[in-house]
Amino acid sequence: MFVQQLINGIILGSTYALIALGYTMVYGIIELINFAHGEIYMFGAFTGMILMTRFNLPFPAALLLAMVTAALMGVTVEYVAYRPLRRSPRLAALISAIGASIFLQNLALLLWGSRPQNFPSPFKIKVYQSSFFSISQLEIIILVISFLLMVGLSFFIKNTRTGKAMRATAQDRDTASLMGININRIITITFAIGSALGAAAGVLVGIYFRTVNPMMGVMPGLKGFVAAVLGGIGSIPGAMLGGLLLGIAEVAGVAYISSQYRDAIAFAILIIVLLFKPSGLVGLPDQEKV
Amino acid sequence: MLRVENLSTGYNSIRVLKQISLTVSEGEIVTLIGSNGVGKTTTLRTISGLLRPTEGSIHFCNKDISHVPPHKIVELGISHVPEGRNIFPRLSVRENLEIGAYTRKDRLEIKKDFKKVMEIFPQLAKRQKQTAGTLSGGEQQMLAIGRALMSRPRLLLLDEPSMGLAPLVVLGIFEIIKEVNRQGTTILLVEQNAQIALRTAHRGYVMETGRIILDDSAEALLQNDQVRKAYLGE
Ligand SMILES: Nc1ncnc2c1ncn2[C@@H]1O[C@H](COP(=O)(O)OP(=O)(O)OP(=O)(O)O)[C@@H](O)[C@H]1O
Ligand SMILES: [Mg+2]
Repeated sequence: MFVQQLINGIILGSTYALIALGYTMVYGIIELINFAHGEIYMFGAFTGMILMTRFNLPFPAALLLAMVTAALMGVTVEYVAYRPLRRSPRLAALISAIGASIFLQNLALLLWGSRPQNFPSPFKIKVYQSSFFSISQLEIIILVISFLLMVGLSFFIKNTRTGKAMRATAQDRDTASLMGININRIITITFAIGSALGAAAGVLVGIYFRTVNPMMGVMPGLKGFVAAVLGGIGSIPGAMLGGLLLGIAEVAGVAYISSQYRDAIAFAILIIVLLFKPSGLVGLPDQEKV
Repeated sequence: MLRVENLSTGYNSIRVLKQISLTVSEGEIVTLIGSNGVGKTTTLRTISGLLRPTEGSIHFCNKDISHVPPHKIVELGISHVPEGRNIFPRLSVRENLEIGAYTRKDRLEIKKDFKKVMEIFPQLAKRQKQTAGTLSGGEQQMLAIGRALMSRPRLLLLDEPSMGLAPLVVLGIFEIIKEVNRQGTTILLVEQNAQIALRTAHRGYVMETGRIILDDSAEALLQNDQVRKAYLGE
């Protein structure tokens, strides 16, 4: 029972982690909570669903294309809703983020209506049993894809020229530009990667629950945000850890307390973190202060 | 090489620089001295593109760079070591230097320059993997200069390299500044420590509240009564 809950928690948590990465990366670079991120996730799920059902694309191709589409969308949102406000007070950008979120929800309602749509699972319901737990083929695939994406991202950030430039930009934007780093380009790349990961989460959750709807991004969006804060907003390993922990906490809460508290758990965690350790689990102390 | 003419800049509506003009020729060390808050840092930040001039022009190698963004200015050959060093604290020493060479693609030459920086600053060589935020103040200043050299600048802008360092460390840093210059890099040096700045530089400008009030050879400024009273504490 316990092992089973843990596994279920990790599966759910890995999707939260993917969403949290988008929040944390964007926050790291421009100190903005991108409230439209949940909608990017939702659009990612819809794109994947449409590509698979109407265009009959195989799952890997649909996933990849959904990620690319969401990347373009995230970049567009930044360009239209945030870039013009780069030098304005932070509240202005935050309001613009909420505006972008509402706009995208309504765009989805307009395009696809409010009724949930079926997302057929591309995988056979094959279940592997052991004496402690059972796991389906679909669940394994979700786990593998999430972890590959996270490992890939970590490698990219740690080792590539652009990854290093992203870290430098997150630490000191002006000085990064003095190194020859084009800050606008880094911001664009950050939105593209964050959105692509969010879309991947959307597609994975879509095939898991086999349904998509225009409001599906709201709650996971908020939970991804909570996961990012739990891990320490701005920290990439923090977002991964925060996502997994949140997933485990939620599944455990449902199993041992009550399923009515499913969503409340995330927000209870948010309040606790903000009260006792606002910098999060992997949060950075103010190292920059000389 | 660098020609600043009637340059004015400010923050919001407060004018900080009032029509300043200065030139730096190839091979020189030129210093800009002045007390707290007169606009020295603002001058360098405007040259490197972080601030936009409201008036006047900046030419580098006969190209107008007054409205060129900072990342393009590095590519043209100007490298800026900011006041307070601003090394990237959570990157390693090695990564800081790699970022310094961000504009370059010539891997072999980058490697050579990396070695060269390690020779100039042997203290850094031992600490390549260390997080830069854990370096001492002097080491951070060395890293900031090393990082700037990694772009192979033709003109190096140095903003108060002596700030917060022990006298002996300051002497070491200034020896290195002279050596870098001997090896062919032109330098514009901003300092509050007029004594050491004027002993290091060939020429100097004296700044007071947003204006240049004196310019002369470094020796002449060292002898100048006004400078001696106001900046050398005599
Ligand atoms: N970001 C800013 N916003 C508003 N005013 C600023 C800003 N930075 C500097 N100033 C003002 O501009 C003036 C010049 O500042 P600057 O930093 O160029 O002086 P400085 O000569 O470098 O001084 P110091 O020797 O203390 O470094 C000061 O009056 C300062 O208060
Ligand atoms: Mg200054």
